Amino acid sequence: MEYFLQQLINGVTLGSVYGLIAIGYTMVYGIIGMINFAHGDIFMVGAFVALISFILFALTGISLPIVLILVLLIAMVFTACYGWTVEKLAYKPLRKSFRLAPLISALGMSIVLQNYVQAAQGARIKTLQPVIQGGFNFFKKSEFVVTLSYLQIFIVLVTIVLMAIFTLLITRTALGRAQRACEQDRTMTALMGINVDRTISTTFIIGSSLASVAGVMFVMYYGVIDFYIGFLAGIKAFTAAVLGGIGSIPGAMLGGLLIGLIETFWSGYISIEYKDIAAFTTLVIVLIFFPTGFLGKPDIEKV
Amino acid sequence: MGKDLIQKSLKDSLFTGIIALALFGPIVGLRTVAKNEVLVVEPKWFIVLLIVAFCAVGRFFINIYSYKKEQRRGEPSSLGKAISNFLDEKGSQIAIAAIAFSIIFPFMPFADRYWMDIAIMMMTYIMLGWGLNIVIGLAGLLDLGYVAFYAVGAYSYALFAIHFGWSFWICLPIAGVFAGMFGILLGFPVLRLRGDYLAIVTLAFGEMIRILLLNWYELTKGPDGLTGIPRPSFFGLPFKRYPDEGVETFHTFFGLEYDPMQRIIFLYYLILILALITNAFTIKIRRLPVGRAWEALREDEIACKSLGVNPRNTKLTAFAIGAMFGGFAGSFFATRQAFISPESFTFIESAIIVAIVVLGGMGSQTGVVLSTIFLIGLIEVFRDFESYRMVAFGGAMVLIMIFRPRGILAKRKPTIIMGKQG
Repeated sequence: MEYFLQQLINGVTLGSVYGLIAIGYTMVYGIIGMINFAHGDIFMVGAFVALISFILFALTGISLPIVLILVLLIAMVFTACYGWTVEKLAYKPLRKSFRLAPLISALGMSIVLQNYVQAAQGARIKTLQPVIQGGFNFFKKSEFVVTLSYLQIFIVLVTIVLMAIFTLLITRTALGRAQRACEQDRTMTALMGINVDRTISTTFIIGSSLASVAGVMFVMYYGVIDFYIGFLAGIKAFTAAVLGGIGSIPGAMLGGLLIGLIETFWSGYISIEYKDIAAFTTLVIVLIFFPTGFLGKPDIEKV
Repeated sequence: MGKDLIQKSLKDSLFTGIIALALFGPIVGLRTVAKNEVLVVEPKWFIVLLIVAFCAVGRFFINIYSYKKEQRRGEPSSLGKAISNFLDEKGSQIAIAAIAFSIIFPFMPFADRYWMDIAIMMMTYIMLGWGLNIVIGLAGLLDLGYVAFYAVGAYSYALFAIHFGWSFWICLPIAGVFAGMFGILLGFPVLRLRGDYLAIVTLAFGEMIRILLLNWYELTKGPDGLTGIPRPSFFGLPFKRYPDEGVETFHTFFGLEYDPMQRIIFLYYLILILALITNAFTIKIRRLPVGRAWEALREDEIACKSLGVNPRNTKLTAFAIGAMFGGFAGSFFATRQAFISPESFTFIESAIIVAIVVLGGMGSQTGVVLSTIFLIGLIEVFRDFESYRMVAFGGAMVLIMIFRPRGILAKRKPTIIMGKQG
C-alpha cells in the first residue's frame, strides 16, 4: 500500500511533465494537422536554458522563490523563440505541400536541434545540484516511508496553475477563439479577418513555452540532462496526446497523467529496464484500438 | 521606393538579429562546463556576435534579392528538372555505365583499403535505400523504423551462424525471411493507420527492437554485442592466411598469394550483387499487378478501395518485402563487421536511410544512388566534425523539403500508363 502510494505520487509528477509537453503536440496537430516531431527537442532546449539560468542565478544569491519565477520566465521566453523560428523556417513554407513533407521537415529540424545543442553545449550529461530539497514523510512507522517532496508539490502546483491560465486563454479570449476557429476551417477564418499566420505562430509560441516549463521541471526533478532527452520524452508526450485524443487539450493533460502513471507503475512493479517499452506499447495499442483517444473527435475521411 | 525598401529591410534584419541573439545567446554563448564536478558557465560571446551578425546581414541581402527577383519574375530554371530529364533520356546507358564502373571499381589503381571500405558502406546504404524505396517510394508508407528490420536481419544471421554454424548462404535467406516476418507482424495491426501515425508507430517499433536487443542479455549479450560472427566463404573456401589442417582456402585453391584485400573485394562484390538483386526486383515488381497497386494506393487510397484493391494486404506485401531486403542487408552487415551491438541500430540510422530515399526522390532508383553518394560522402568528408555534420544533415532534409519536396529526381510518373503506346 505504501509502495503503491509512492508510485502514485511519482507517477502524477511525471505525468504533469508529460502533460505539459503533450499540449504542444495536440495544439499544433489541432491547428495545422501535423505532428511536430521537433517538439520534444524544443522541450530539451527549454531544459538547457533552465540549467544555464539556474547556474547563473546560483552566483547571484537571489532568494529561491524569485529565482524559480525568473527561471520559468526566462526559459519560456527563450524557448518560445525556438518554437517560433522552427515554425517560420521549417513548417510555414510547407503548408500547401504534400502530406508527409512537414513530417520529414520536422524530423530534419529535430536532428538539427539535437546536434546543435550537442555541438554548443557538449555531449556529456549535465548535472544540476538539487534546487528544492526536503519534503513530507508519511507512514514513518511502517517499513516503507512514503515521501512527498516539496519539489513534487511545486511541479504539480505549477502545472495546475498553468493549465488554469491556459484553459482561460483558450476559452475566454479573442486569441483562443481565433485558435479554435482556425482548427475548424482555416480559409473561412481568414475570410473573417483573422490573421491565420499569426494565430499559428502564437500556437507554436504557447506550445513551446509550456514545453519549456516541462523542461524546467525535468531538470529540477531528475537533475541530469543531455541533448538526447527530447527524443524519448517527445515520443512519450506524443503518446499522451494520442491517448487523450489528439486535438483535445484536456485530453492531452489526462493522457499525460495516464502515461506518467503507466510508466511509473510499470517500472515499479514489472521491470525498470523495459519502462520505455511500456510507453511504446501503449502507443501502439491506443492507435490500433482507440485511434481517437479518450476525448478526441472521430476522424471522418472525406473524398 | 528604393529607400523605402532599404529601410524596411534594415528593420527586418534588426529584428532577425534580435531573434538570433535570443536563439544563440544562451545555448551557444553560455556553454556549461564541468569544473571539479560542478557545472560552471563559460561565456563565448564572440561566436554569438558572429552568428548574429551573419544572420542579420544575410537576412538583409535576402530581402533585397527577393525584391529584385519579384520584379523580374522569370520562370525559375530548375537544375533538378534538367538532371531528371537527362536521366530519363539516357537512363539505361547511364545505369549500364554505372554498373560497369562498380564492377571494375576494385581493380582501379586508387581503390585501396579505405576506398573499398567506403564503397562497401555506400553499397550497403544503397541497398537499404532501395529496400526502403519499396515501402516509401512505391507504397507511400513513411517507415521511420526501418533499421529494426536491418537489426533483425543482422541478429538472426549472427545467432544462426554462431550457434548452428550454418554458412552465409543458408543464413542469408533465413535472416531475410525473419525480417520479413517481423515486417508482417508489425504491419498487420498498424498499416491501416494514417501516414503520420504510421510513421510514429514504426519509429516506436524500431526503438522497441533496440531496447529488446539491449536488455535481452541471454540471447543478444545486450550492450556487449555479439562477437565472432563467422566470415563468409567463397563457395566453401574461407579467406584465411593460416587455415586449419587440411582445409583448402581461397588463395591456395586459386594458387594466389594471400592478401587480406581478397576478402574485402569479395565482400564488395557480395553487396554489389545483393544490391543489384534488390534493384532488379523492384524494377520488375513495379510492372506487376501488386506493384501497380502500391503506386495506386500511394496516390489515392479511397479510389483504390472503391476499385477493389485491399489496402491492408497490398501495404503488407510492400512492408514485408521492404523488410526482407532490410534483413538481407543486415546479414551482410553482420558478416562484414563480425561484431554487432545495438549501438549500430539507433534511430539516426533510420533517419539516414529515410533521408536517402526522400532526398533522391521517392520512387526513383537512380535518385537513391545519387543521394547516397552525396549524403554518405558528406558524412564521410566531415567525419571529424561529429555534431556539425549532423546539423548540416538535418538542415539538408529541411531545405530539400522546402525547395524540392519531391526530392532531386522526383519520379511520380506512373510506371504504366493506359492508352499510350510505345
